[in-house]
Amino acid sequence: MVRTPNVLTPTRTGMPQFSAAVTVRLKSGVLDPEAATTSAALSRLGFDHESLAHADRFELTVEAPTAAAAETDVTAMAEQLLANPTLHTYDVEVQPR
Amino acid sequence: MSVAVIQFGGSNCDRDVVTAAAHVGLDAERCWHNDHVPATASAIVLPGGFSYGDYLRPGAMAAHSPIMTDVEARLGAVPVLGICNGAQVGAECGLVPGVFTTNTSARFRCEWVHCRVETTTTPFTAGYAVGDVLRLPIAHGAGRYLATPEEVDALEAADRILLRYCEPSGEITSASNPNGSVDNIAGVVGADRSTAVMMPHPERATVPAVARSTDGAEIIAGLARSIS
Repeated sequence: MVRTPNVLTPTRTGMPQFSAAVTVRLKSGVLDPEAATTSAALSRLGFDHESLAHADRFELTVEAPTAAAAETDVTAMAEQLLANPTLHTYDVEVQPR
Repeated sequence: MSVAVIQFGGSNCDRDVVTAAAHVGLDAERCWHNDHVPATASAIVLPGGFSYGDYLRPGAMAAHSPIMTDVEARLGAVPVLGICNGAQVGAECGLVPGVFTTNTSARFRCEWVHCRVETTTTPFTAGYAVGDVLRLPIAHGAGRYLATPEEVDALEAADRILLRYCEPSGEITSASNPNGSVDNIAGVVGADRSTAVMMPHPERATVPAVARSTDGAEIIAGLARSIS
């Protein structure tokens, strides 16, 4: 039985691989009830803290001719799916693997 | 000609819509998301549920499902109604501005609420008068409608607020707002006016044998209306 690998292999496109991370945060001023609830739970446990914010981080491996091209691709992913512009800001980090 | 009720993986109100539609005399059938919307569909419903397990954000995955291309191609030609998770899908794919996100209380709210009809120039509310108060159920954890002040002003100016949460008297109060939605907005009309999304469940307030209210029946009957 031939198994299809579920991870990218270096030879898939012949292009360099990059590690990318997209961090999606709520825009400032957008109420985050889950973070508020988590913050209250930490306080109940006795952990003093000034504030708590929640963010989602997506880690990807992509192949692209250059780091700039990889960043363009991953930014498009954030724009179209990973973040919702009404709610979120996001940042993209790209590093060679 | 029949109403197409889109069934995503995780939809769970699709059969309720079919039953409610039958109650008001409409033929409706479920349409699996990997299939196409039938060319003969006379209306489209995005039903409630938890499509794709609410992964990423409620509605985000279904909004990018290929069948939504079919739905978008029919906008303006047939009535399109998104209910609950269907409303979240509709907002995520841009049928209306804004988004439905986590309730202010961070709790799942499953209860009966009152909603005031804000416009009647849609297929779904043409059977009511502006100011009518409907008793409808909600069941959602992420129903807080959020849009920029500019978007809300533009919706208001274009008469695109469908429903607002209210007191039984029709008064708009923060106490009657179950999820923290901006301006108590419970439903929004699309730019073509024959598209709308709403968090309350009209299909659960249609069939007398299983509902405390039948105030939603006219909304379901609206699937057979066209507006000119």
